[in-house]
Amino acid sequence: MKYLKESPSQTAGPYVHIGCTPNFAGIRMYDGDLGATMKRGPVQGEEIVVTGAVHDGMGAVLMDAMIEIWQADAAGLYPSPREVRGRADPNFTGWGRSAGNPETGLFTFDTVKPGQVPWRDGTLQAPHVTVWIVARGINLGLHTRMYFEDETEANATDPILKRIEHRNRIPTLMARKTANGVYRFDIVLQGVGETIFFDI
Amino acid sequence: MSEGYIRRDRDWHPPALHTAYKTSVMRSPRAAPLSFPTSLGEETGPVFGHDMLGALDNDLITNFAQPGQMALGPRIIVQGRVLDENGRGVPGALVEVWQANAGGRYRHKNESYLAPLDPNFGGCGRVITDAEGRYEFRTIQPGPYPWPNGPNDWRPAHIHFSVFGQAFAQRLITQMYFDGDPMIWQCPIVGSISQTAAIETLIAKLDMTQTIPMDARAYHFDIVLRGNRQTLFENRQEGS
Ligand SMILES: [Fe+3]
Repeated sequence: MKYLKESPSQTAGPYVHIGCTPNFAGIRMYDGDLGATMKRGPVQGEEIVVTGAVHDGMGAVLMDAMIEIWQADAAGLYPSPREVRGRADPNFTGWGRSAGNPETGLFTFDTVKPGQVPWRDGTLQAPHVTVWIVARGINLGLHTRMYFEDETEANATDPILKRIEHRNRIPTLMARKTANGVYRFDIVLQGVGETIFFDI
Repeated sequence: MSEGYIRRDRDWHPPALHTAYKTSVMRSPRAAPLSFPTSLGEETGPVFGHDMLGALDNDLITNFAQPGQMALGPRIIVQGRVLDENGRGVPGALVEVWQANAGGRYRHKNESYLAPLDPNFGGCGRVITDAEGRYEFRTIQPGPYPWPNGPNDWRPAHIHFSVFGQAFAQRLITQMYFDGDPMIWQCPIVGSISQTAAIETLIAKLDMTQTIPMDARAYHFDIVLRGNRQTLFENRQEGS
């Protein structure tokens, strides 16, 4: 059998938005930018807004990052052909992409609160969103997870959170509820409060 | 339950911190990433249908040009396959590309290089792989460009690639270089990859058999995404 090595990563560079969100970059292409909306119509479950920023090791907010999220629907089903447990909400894409606000760097996702999804051994994970960050200066896209601070009970038994040795870093994975249906999630690339990233 | 995706070889990929690439100094995590096997959330991913593509999405020579106009520069076709580590073609993979124009200038508000914009070149395109994982797009060969890093750093001619496989664990952004370009070996971003063999996999090969005579030369570039461990196991069984 022919086994190949994965293509090595290279930074997304300063102009990732030309390729991935051209309309945001001022280049009118396609029928709008992919991932700009996660809803095709009325969706099931609690609709939420997640907003936040990516910070570098000096505390500066990145103005040239691109964030993608991937998550289950409100029932905990992924809108994917590989989802075999049921049919996900047809109006929910599960995938969002944000270039961040050009003035503030704040990314925003209009999404739904995900339901619980089983871990490999069948135990239920706490509601969470998979997050992927690329930017100039990031050599390999960074994977992390966003959990919800207000899901205290589910978080306490989450198989991944349970296995994190440095308990004081767990808050770096928690979105804070700032208003009804509004969550704040900041990503710190380096230093004090550095987000836990996953080799997953 | 599947066995999950093959772990990334972090010695093959560039490390987060590569001091010669100055921006990585403040944007590289200090703690080691936490290792977990993939689960459903990483083994699924968004699906992109061929129906979402416009007729010119994979033709950067005309997709931004005025009617009847074309982008300036050496005309090329870039073609290849998206494969997984098990050597299987990945069908339905979304490939998004972006690049500078023939003079090395990007169409971007932060771009300060003195080379001129080409009014007929936007610099982005996209394509979805066919049932065998093949993709193809037409463009102009981008120019090299200087960038603020060291006092005199230049990027080799390159095309940026963003690729979705069938699982979010396979998500990858990389760059394609051109065979024979001496600038490849002077670039701090290329140099973030420590192994020469790994760098060589990012260098597209001129393929004269695929050129369109009197029109465009062809470059071949394959992209490999992470593979599934279960597939690996099945293949072993089949092969025994
Ligand atoms: Fe570039």
